Amino acid sequence: MARHWSLVTSIKTAVGASGLLNEDTPSSEGAAADTFPKLLLRNAEQLASHPAIREKEFGIWHTRTWSEVKSEVEQLAGGLLALGFERGDKLLIIGDNRPQLYWSITAAQCLGGIPVPTYQDAVADEIQYVLEHAEARFVIAEDQEQIDKVLEIQEHCPLVQHLIYDDPRGLEKYSTGSDRIHAFTVVQEKGRQYLDKHPGFFINSCQQGKGVDAAVFLYTSGTTGRPKGVVLSYDNFVKTARSGIELEHLTADEEVLAYLPMAWVGDHLFSYAQSYCAGFCVSCPESAQTVQQDLREIGPTYYFAPPRIFENMLTTVMIRMEDAGIIKRQMFHYFLAVARRVGSDILDGKPVSFLNRVRYWLGEWTIYAPLKNTLGLSRVRLAYTAGEAIGPDIFSFYRSLGINIKQLYGQTEAAVFVTIQPDGEVFPDTVGKPAPGVEIEIQDNGEVLYRSPGVFLEYYKNAQATRETKDEEGWVHTGDAGYFDQVGHLRIIDRAKDVGKLTNGELFAPKFLENKLKFFPQIKEAVCFGDNRSFVTAFVNIDLDAVGNWAERENIPYASYQELAGHEKVYSMVNDCILQVNKDLTADPKLASSTIHRFLILHKELDADDGEMTRTRKVRRRVIAEKYAVLIDALFEGQGVCHVDTEVTFEDGRKGVISADLEIREISSAA
Amino acid sequence: MTTRTTPCAGSEAAETEVILDLDDISLSFGGVQALESISFDIRRHEIRAIIGPNGAGKSSMLNVINGFYHPQKGTITYEGVVVKAMKPYHAATRGIARTFQNIALFKGMSTLDNIMTGRVNHMHAGLLAQALYIGKNRREEIRNREFVETIIDFLEIQAIRNTPVGRLPYGLQKRVELGRALAAEPKLLLLDEPMAGMNLEEKQDMSRFMLDINEQYGTTIALIEHDMAVVMELSSRIVVLDYGRKLADGKPDEIRHNKDVIEAYLGVAN
Repeated sequence: MARHWSLVTSIKTAVGASGLLNEDTPSSEGAAADTFPKLLLRNAEQLASHPAIREKEFGIWHTRTWSEVKSEVEQLAGGLLALGFERGDKLLIIGDNRPQLYWSITAAQCLGGIPVPTYQDAVADEIQYVLEHAEARFVIAEDQEQIDKVLEIQEHCPLVQHLIYDDPRGLEKYSTGSDRIHAFTVVQEKGRQYLDKHPGFFINSCQQGKGVDAAVFLYTSGTTGRPKGVVLSYDNFVKTARSGIELEHLTADEEVLAYLPMAWVGDHLFSYAQSYCAGFCVSCPESAQTVQQDLREIGPTYYFAPPRIFENMLTTVMIRMEDAGIIKRQMFHYFLAVARRVGSDILDGKPVSFLNRVRYWLGEWTIYAPLKNTLGLSRVRLAYTAGEAIGPDIFSFYRSLGINIKQLYGQTEAAVFVTIQPDGEVFPDTVGKPAPGVEIEIQDNGEVLYRSPGVFLEYYKNAQATRETKDEEGWVHTGDAGYFDQVGHLRIIDRAKDVGKLTNGELFAPKFLENKLKFFPQIKEAVCFGDNRSFVTAFVNIDLDAVGNWAERENIPYASYQELAGHEKVYSMVNDCILQVNKDLTADPKLASSTIHRFLILHKELDADDGEMTRTRKVRRRVIAEKYAVLIDALFEGQGVCHVDTEVTFEDGRKGVISADLEIREISSAA
Repeated sequence: MTTRTTPCAGSEAAETEVILDLDDISLSFGGVQALESISFDIRRHEIRAIIGPNGAGKSSMLNVINGFYHPQKGTITYEGVVVKAMKPYHAATRGIARTFQNIALFKGMSTLDNIMTGRVNHMHAGLLAQALYIGKNRREEIRNREFVETIIDFLEIQAIRNTPVGRLPYGLQKRVELGRALAAEPKLLLLDEPMAGMNLEEKQDMSRFMLDINEQYGTTIALIEHDMAVVMELSSRIVVLDYGRKLADGKPDEIRHNKDVIEAYLGVAN
């Protein structure tokens, strides 16, 4: 253990940052609120008429208060019980972010069961794996699409007994006469009948859970192998949520838009755990396509997005500005330059000259405020980004507009928080300081280890993996390589196992290079190769939106991604991007050997359906190395053109083959 | 979630009841005989396809049904009543709605407003009340908007609710047009080539919507379509036209194996 950094702050039981919630007051049964069912009872009592969850349906936002949520959950729990749900039963939840699905999580927990939220875009056999592994007897699905997936695999999952759906469209035929398939409202009706006969059951059942009990299984998307079921306790989430609330001074009046997959730990913390702990309202978008509009209507104060979403927003703004009138465009660029110079300093409270303050104020009035309004970020007090490195340009763009966007480093195994950037100490290339209650160690090989109240209980039915990840003292191996810089901020460079060496012994951190490439708006994905090789090469995926728009302006006709990707001028453009990256790399003596020598532009986009990426869009190196072995060899052997046949999976599940002759380019400065 | 009216699909009696009966219809424009002694019927609840080569008289047939053309000969019986010299707006008030081969939407208006125009027969307030948004009109408009929102939800076009339709891609415009036809709460829905110019995915979506409309709203659908795979899969019965004459009429399987049809339309199988 080389260095030891720790920043342990005691987590007070009394948080109440808002002053609204009293954690010390025992709820009616005399126990402190250490589980979500107990928190629900507390909120229904103390915040009875405060909005808890909101959903846009048929064009109108419908708001439910905490006391309404309690009665919805109560009825659902009663209904599940009537169907035979027992303590310890698992409830698989699959669909987009819907209030009914969040209530399902709580209802399962109220009955002493364990909810298992699953990615809504998972294909049938991915669901089958989770169903079998978690031994779920109950499934709650959003709609026909999800129910169909479960029915498709039902013969392999004999344990599954009851399927419940929320949206009845197209499902009425399924449920008539079936004792296995039920409408959500029908189950709630059963619940009402049950509650009439057993009036005290709900409160009793809610009081039975304890903080140390397993609260939820979250299956990690897994860059390698089958997903693992991470078992997290109530304590993990409640303690982590509360320390986050305290650190960032969150109140019951925050507005949050829940639009990221429910199966993902971040959504579980921000949209569920923290909402229950702080009592703030969570809004569910109308559909996956309307998120941007819903964001604007809700105007969240607390916002989380992976870098890719911030990136897409910025790309859209830049593209649309290119089409704007000349006056608007010039004003935009002028004030953006002003913001870039002084915006971040104003946000961090650093001294800025009077003239620049006036300029910035004018910019706020004419450009920044309307822009933030369009993006739905007008009211954002706190925005987090994590998951991948964010481009320095993108990061400072949002900060310069006065949006307090901060980076954090987290894991499912930690119930999110490992490090967070403190206010006033925000840098584009670090992930911040240890979060409250988190201890961090860096091992000799550079791997980051941590220990915190959020550390998971175990991987479900996988003692070996649990042992490999978590030692007896509770230290968790992140698998990420990183180091602390001079100001005590953690920097993550790559996955520890992906960091390789070139034949000359120099360090090769592929993700570091790929991220540098992906910071160009034209490049969507990149995969670099160089471990045990004498030089570095790269696969590139262009961004169809950005490059397509550019092609339109340049009058370059194209019929498909493949055709555009193979275009001479596109190759030259990517060549220039790589040149830029190489220049930066040469400046750093540690990375000078990692300059990219040869590259090709792939004929298809890397896709989760083809197994090339995880559902959270992380590159699966091993799969790509196997699938495109021909191309990789060609890159290193110096061929100019390489033929490849690739199997692809279409959205409807059919398979096909794309073949192409790909050009391989030597990086040249004479482009 | 609101529960929608349960379709009475599956009830045999309802399926066999004839909603529209065409008997011996002939239509000519000057010397051109567009339709010649055509008889067929459409039963409540079914999806009825009309197919045929270009110029066979399919669109003319639809125009006859919704009163845009008046046949020189023959009788049309709609819901047991013989209709004579019906105007398109009469057809609309009687529950016949349609979409067009070439999209006919208000390009500058939003999706929402376009679909609202389909509710015109459900607005009864006077001009003044409508202009001032008071009294009866206010209640009416709210009720109609609610209905339109269920259609927007049904067709999954929430994201384009406020987008001017002129800016939408073709496939979505077709969907908006379908939405407008649905807004009239039709008993009989006439679709003129709803899938022309669509890619495979859009066709699949559109097929799904047609089946859902038929099942959930219980709407009878008469459909002109060129994509044989789609027609064979969707429709309960098919009528085949060729040069203004009826060539065949029957279930998809019968049509598939009908020799005349294969020769005239599908091409001789080798």
